[in-house]
Amino acid sequence: MITSMKQDSQAGHVPAASTPAAPSAAPSTPPSNPSNGPRELPAFAVKDLNLFYGTHRAVQEVNLEIPNRSVTAIIGPSGCGKSTFLRTLNRMHELTPGAHHTGTILMHGEDLYRAGIDPTLVRRRVGMVFQKSNPFPTMTVAENVLVGLRLNGVKDKSLLRERLEQSLRMAALWDEVKDNLHKSGISLSGGQQQRLCIARALAVRPEILLMDEPCSALDPIATAKVEELIHEIKKEYTVVIVTHNMQQAARCSDRTAFFYMGKLIEYAETKAIFMNPTQPQTEAYVSGRFG
Amino acid sequence: MTTQTTPAPAGFPPPMKRFFDTELETFRSHLILMGETAAKQVRSSIKALVEGNASLADQVIAADDELDQLEVKIDEEAMRYMNLRAPVATELRLVIVGMKASHDLERVGDEATGIAKRAVRLSAELPLKPYVDIPRMANIALEMLRDALDCFLNGDTERALAVCRRDAEVDSINKQLYRELTSFMIEKPETISRAIELMFISKSLERIADHATNIAEEMIYLAKGKDVRHSDEVKKNGGAV
Repeated sequence: MITSMKQDSQAGHVPAASTPAAPSAAPSTPPSNPSNGPRELPAFAVKDLNLFYGTHRAVQEVNLEIPNRSVTAIIGPSGCGKSTFLRTLNRMHELTPGAHHTGTILMHGEDLYRAGIDPTLVRRRVGMVFQKSNPFPTMTVAENVLVGLRLNGVKDKSLLRERLEQSLRMAALWDEVKDNLHKSGISLSGGQQQRLCIARALAVRPEILLMDEPCSALDPIATAKVEELIHEIKKEYTVVIVTHNMQQAARCSDRTAFFYMGKLIEYAETKAIFMNPTQPQTEAYVSGRFG
Repeated sequence: MTTQTTPAPAGFPPPMKRFFDTELETFRSHLILMGETAAKQVRSSIKALVEGNASLADQVIAADDELDQLEVKIDEEAMRYMNLRAPVATELRLVIVGMKASHDLERVGDEATGIAKRAVRLSAELPLKPYVDIPRMANIALEMLRDALDCFLNGDTERALAVCRRDAEVDSINKQLYRELTSFMIEKPETISRAIELMFISKSLERIADHATNIAEEMIYLAKGKDVRHSDEVKKNGGAV
């Protein structure tokens, strides 16, 4: 529940976005496990969502439910509203001047946009990984991973050490950087930097992870590692991933949503989208006949 | 959670022509050619039997290699397409169904060859009885094969579903022939060798109908994305896929 979101944050949940949100009330001890909200309610229930940039309607009348502990892929051509939609799920769009929305988004049954909800608290529970890796250039590998915790006042060294290793292991990066934790984050390769950003997002234990084309700049090996990571973390996290790579959507996700011109054209199990889509436009897009 | 769909907004671009679309067309045309060749082989083998035409039967036996080569070619094309073009949706189903159907058609060709070999042997002897039931079975099996392949061409799943239901008709004639030929053998032991040949021919036609049924089920899957194998839909009369 959102009301418990504040309590959770005070108990130790910290900004989850790979670019951490502004610090707020200093937490004491972070909980060992994330709160994932009521199991019976979907991670997100989106109802009649419209998103405007000024007068331009970028997302139109979207209705969908994203189940807990699953991977949902969002596909569609450039400019179809995928990333915009993703950013409404943790209120990141509000950082864009002129952006506003209508409709409701319920996270585990609670309205994300209800009056009085602090957007930074939402972003603590809904982490985000961006297309381009963005480690803090002046920070070491370890500092990058722990920045969210430290910004929120976590000082317990054993906890920080534990969370550092856990997060880097979850991001499949530990073995590669364990001897170079004090090197600059930007000294890593592109694939390592992206996994570092994923580790940074995971370090604060979000409930949901949004990934906006996380592999678009990675080679096949780094991509495979990120995909393996997505597969692993879905046991504990709900993942929503925007991707242009059809095979990636097919490999990684449980459900797939196809967007076109701001509209949700089809949303179904990934197997159905790639084996037997009901909409001809979906078939044209996934089989590369679009355009 | 069920599928959610919304009609696409106006202005959705028409399907784009891709440089490898011709590969899929070639694949389809090879499958159609294989279906026509297999049907021709069955027709000719039965004609050779009924007319006692050993020469025609020999032609059927010699032509089996053509079907074998087509099966290999279709497999190669399917593997290449899956490997290099990463098909999805209808295309993926087409490639999978194409491989399975080509195997069924190759087996149809083998059965036709078996019938032709027996026709050669029987052509040297007097007919055991007038050939009525065997041509009738062959006609039904060929109609089933044609309807199954028509579904491939025009997506008529109702006719394909009817193929599945006709399989029992052929099974019934096969059983009836078995009983009849068994009584021949009991009454006149000198007919045993000819009766056994006819029993095998009957069994071959029953197998051809089975392969036509398989192909029909595969074509329903191709058209609808729905697997009807062993389902009540193929057993019951009526009902739509």
